[in-house]
Amino acid sequence: MKKSGKPAAEKPLSLEEIAKTKTESDVWELRLYTAGQTPRSLSAFANLKKICEEHLQGRYNIEVVDLVKHPQLAAGDQIVAIPTLVRKLPQPLRKIVGDLRDTERALVGLQLRPASGK
Amino acid sequence: MPRLTARNRKSESSNHKKSEGRSLPKAPTGIQGLDEVTNGGFPRGRPTLICGSAGAGKSLLAMEFIVAGATEYGEPGVFIAFEETAAELTQNVRSLGFDLDRLAEEKKLIVDFVRIERSEIDETGDYDLEGLFIRIGAAIDAIGAKRVALDTIENLFAGLQNQGILRAELRRLFRWLKDKGVTAVITAERGEGALTRHGLEEYVSDCVILLDHRVTDQVSTRRLRVVKYRGTAHGTNEYPFLIDEGGFSVLPITSLGLLHQVSDERVSSGVPRLDTMLGGEGYHRGSTILVSGTAGTGKTSLAAHMVDAACRRGERCVYFSFEESPQQLIRNMRSIGLNLEQWTKKGLLQFHSSRATIYGLEMHLATMHKVVREYEPSVVVLDPVGSLIQAGSQRDAHVMMVRLIDFLKHGGVTAFLTNLTNANESLERTDIEISSIVDTWLFVRDIELNGERNRALYVLKSRGTAHSNQLREFLLTDHGVDLLEVYVGPEGVLTGSSRLSQEAREKAAALARKQELERIDRDRTRKREALEVRITALRKEFEFEEQDAETMSAEVEKREELVAEDRKAMARSRKADTGDGFAVSKRNKK
Repeated sequence: MKKSGKPAAEKPLSLEEIAKTKTESDVWELRLYTAGQTPRSLSAFANLKKICEEHLQGRYNIEVVDLVKHPQLAAGDQIVAIPTLVRKLPQPLRKIVGDLRDTERALVGLQLRPASGK
Repeated sequence: MPRLTARNRKSESSNHKKSEGRSLPKAPTGIQGLDEVTNGGFPRGRPTLICGSAGAGKSLLAMEFIVAGATEYGEPGVFIAFEETAAELTQNVRSLGFDLDRLAEEKKLIVDFVRIERSEIDETGDYDLEGLFIRIGAAIDAIGAKRVALDTIENLFAGLQNQGILRAELRRLFRWLKDKGVTAVITAERGEGALTRHGLEEYVSDCVILLDHRVTDQVSTRRLRVVKYRGTAHGTNEYPFLIDEGGFSVLPITSLGLLHQVSDERVSSGVPRLDTMLGGEGYHRGSTILVSGTAGTGKTSLAAHMVDAACRRGERCVYFSFEESPQQLIRNMRSIGLNLEQWTKKGLLQFHSSRATIYGLEMHLATMHKVVREYEPSVVVLDPVGSLIQAGSQRDAHVMMVRLIDFLKHGGVTAFLTNLTNANESLERTDIEISSIVDTWLFVRDIELNGERNRALYVLKSRGTAHSNQLREFLLTDHGVDLLEVYVGPEGVLTGSSRLSQEAREKAAALARKQELERIDRDRTRKREALEVRITALRKEFEFEEQDAETMSAEVEKREELVAEDRKAMARSRKADTGDGFAVSKRNKK
């Protein structure tokens, strides 16, 4: 199952492009791991969508990986908990575990807001 | 000692069958001893918790369980590692002879490394561990695994913050593993005042095994205990275990009772005169022989004789030495004419030299147990047992010796123990208090007399054999131990040069008696000869006389004839007519 966000048409950037445009305007590569269409997965996706729309409008990619269908993909990103959001880009890699209900914490986790909240 | 293993295996399998039939089915661990303690292994289809402090051997136990399943019992396994990568694990256990790569290729084993890095993880809201479930499930399904190890699942607590969720999820995980029908092993770190740091024993309640790595008096000992095993009988003691190049082995030594078989067969002590003292045939096979004595009285030499005799019969021996190195022993025994090196080269004799203090009593016991099981000797020598006290308290050493002797007797192994007695103490006792449990007790002591120190040996006790009550002088010669009669005189026992002078005196007396006899003999011969000479002379004389007589009578006759002739002639000349007839008749009569 591969659901995509609005700007799905936008292709992932090549390494050179990433190097060139290491600024706020980078495209965010996000991957959400779920296990089937559980209410929690759905709410996590909805919450993520909302955050992205508010803070990263037009410059994000969301890839949803359903481990029930692709269990072999769990090892790659060391997924244990479900749902887990993995920020592949920008570096460094971040993981946010949970349904992203707490938007503030999610923003901190994604480093869209400093941890102190100022 | 093939009987030992054969019997053990038999009883093990019968136990196993019994337990399968009556209660829980079990998954054998393939670890020596552990299957005996648990009556057949871990509960099949249920999770087992292994807890212990760092370095106690938890991961190794889990890995051996998985590998044994994959290689010996046809049960593929999944090893979920939370601490080490698959490559590291593979490398760690390669020294134990486990080839994880090959097992993975053969689809018998999957090692999956689960890494949780807290620094890169944030938590918001609800989650579950479905990702982990899926990974484990996928691995299980990929090879049809029957066994799963989770090492160490507590790492989840370090990586994830929400304890409430984790606990609920772990409970669900163990339930899920049970539903899957896999036999799971979960390792956990020992906690303060609790079995595990995060209370996992609450969730895994079927079987809990505690590994302990204790250091007492700077000596470390590993022990294992089955804390809990629902629905089955199990050994409840603490059992020592070993981790060595052969992996994990548990030694349920205390489980042996006094039910060992006894043998009527006798084995030589290697010293013919000593065999004679012990009813003419030596020790009973499978008995325990203790030789005690003061320093330098030849205890080790007696042990070496016993070993030499056994090797000559083609039996295997193990010599545990706590004071001398193998090379030293071989050299020293060569000086009394025993070539032990030939037996080590032939593989009939093994030396195991180690200081008693090198490790704890349990480890000593465990090592000996393992050596005896693997090598299956018929004779085991411990030289000297008293030094084991240094590795623990006197009481512990005593308990250990009882266990060891029970074990050896159970296997029909003849045990030869030496014990050094302190000259200031009562001689007929042992520091380690084992004199009551040995079957034959030899005593070698010094006898000081006339400025000399000599050795004497006697049999203090020998169960089930007639034995001499005599003291024997004990000599170490260049052709081995020699036992000699001792002389008992008015001043007591004579040994050494006193014995020699006594011997000389006796020899002189004997010589004198012999010479006297010879002299009498010679006299008689001479007399007989003299008489015979005289008899011969007389006979000769008589012969002469006889001859004389004959000659004389012949002469007389001749003369008579001549006279007759003369008379005839005279008659003829006188022309007589009757004298003829008379002369003829006289001649015929002659």
